[in-house]
Amino acid sequence: MKSIAPYRRPYWNTQPDYLFPKYASSVRRAPTQPLVVLPHTLSEVTAPVFGYDDVKPTDSDLTRQHKGEPQGERIVVHGRVLDENGKPVPGILLEIWQANAAGRYNHRVDQHDAPIDPNFTGAGRALTDAEGRYRFMSIRPGEYPWRNHYNAWRPAHIHFSLFGPAVVSRLITQMYFPGDPLLDYDPMFTCVADEKARNRLICSFDWETTMPEYALGYRFDIVLRGREATPMENRR
Amino acid sequence: MSLRASTSQTIGPYLRIGLEWMVIEDLAPQGAAGERLRIEGKVIDGDGKPVNDAAVEIWQANSHGKYASPEDTQARPLEPGFRGYGRSLTDDAGAFRFRTIKPGPVPGLDGKPQAPHLVVTIFMRGLLKQLVTRMYFPDEPANAGDPVLSLVPAERRATLVAKRKGDGVLEWNVELQGKNETVFFDF
Repeated sequence: MKSIAPYRRPYWNTQPDYLFPKYASSVRRAPTQPLVVLPHTLSEVTAPVFGYDDVKPTDSDLTRQHKGEPQGERIVVHGRVLDENGKPVPGILLEIWQANAAGRYNHRVDQHDAPIDPNFTGAGRALTDAEGRYRFMSIRPGEYPWRNHYNAWRPAHIHFSLFGPAVVSRLITQMYFPGDPLLDYDPMFTCVADEKARNRLICSFDWETTMPEYALGYRFDIVLRGREATPMENRR
Repeated sequence: MSLRASTSQTIGPYLRIGLEWMVIEDLAPQGAAGERLRIEGKVIDGDGKPVNDAAVEIWQANSHGKYASPEDTQARPLEPGFRGYGRSLTDDAGAFRFRTIKPGPVPGLDGKPQAPHLVVTIFMRGLLKQLVTRMYFPDEPANAGDPVLSLVPAERRATLVAKRKGDGVLEWNVELQGKNETVFFDF
């Protein structure tokens, strides 16, 4: 067995802590005991492989899952998935989910008094291509209230779940929209100290992807953890 | 563009919308070699209440100690149809469940075998990033020499070892806080 190059540990202040009291639900769910530093063995640097048996090409169009057209503003969300070494990450599974244009999730727990859209479920899947690219067609999600603090509203966002080439590169994140005035008030968006890291969660308007008379284009690139250059045997 | 890893965000309360299509609670296809087991558990928060909105994902080798991943270059057989990945979304009682086979030992960093284990990744509302832990198997002599278990303070190791609940049934609970807080890893 060849020796194993570990994945890089997170750069200072670019990943959230578990306990973040401004996000009220973290208080009774964050671990209180010290974490144990996990060496990256074969178990950590491997991950499941997904393919076109799992995902149909049509799964990436959230506007075509029902008989009618969903309400709202059509958007194209596309980008590349790279690792920290700048290499595209091909063939990985992305799963997204989001509220409808009125800010309502198609979920029994969501009691916000905004209409459900019978033509919009709000879930999609895609695989990255050989250059790490992905593309979804969807509807711009609405903002919505939640009960974290007085007058709390979530900025418009799309949830992204990604499998990387390793279990330790698995990532769930959220994509936000440029210019959203709610971002500065949002404990999720502000959960990391590094302002640049935070701003990388905001997609950019993309005129070249915008489809005339049909849909606005947005670009959202995602970086997964990359490997150290050199294997470190017996490193703890 | 920057080449620092993207910031993690919580999975939030509406994870079912995005993840339910690929719930995999039965990992082992007919004919896959190995000891068949059922794993049942609950996720419990710091108030002792069940967590009804968690995604619990497992990743494991097959019974030969081979991962179905291109990163695993060991000359050991793959099992057709056995991917080694499971996903269970907790119910109102905070319960998750898997049917799988006991993995074989896989090598550690020094090349010596690790005790059979599952890598467990847990997402939920209230967590801004995933928890990573491992589940080990009861009555397994190799646990005593496992290189990762031995990094865990001795008095907390039991939180990573499932209990035998019946014939072919294991129980393993995840406690987020409290006296028996499960060991989580800085991954």
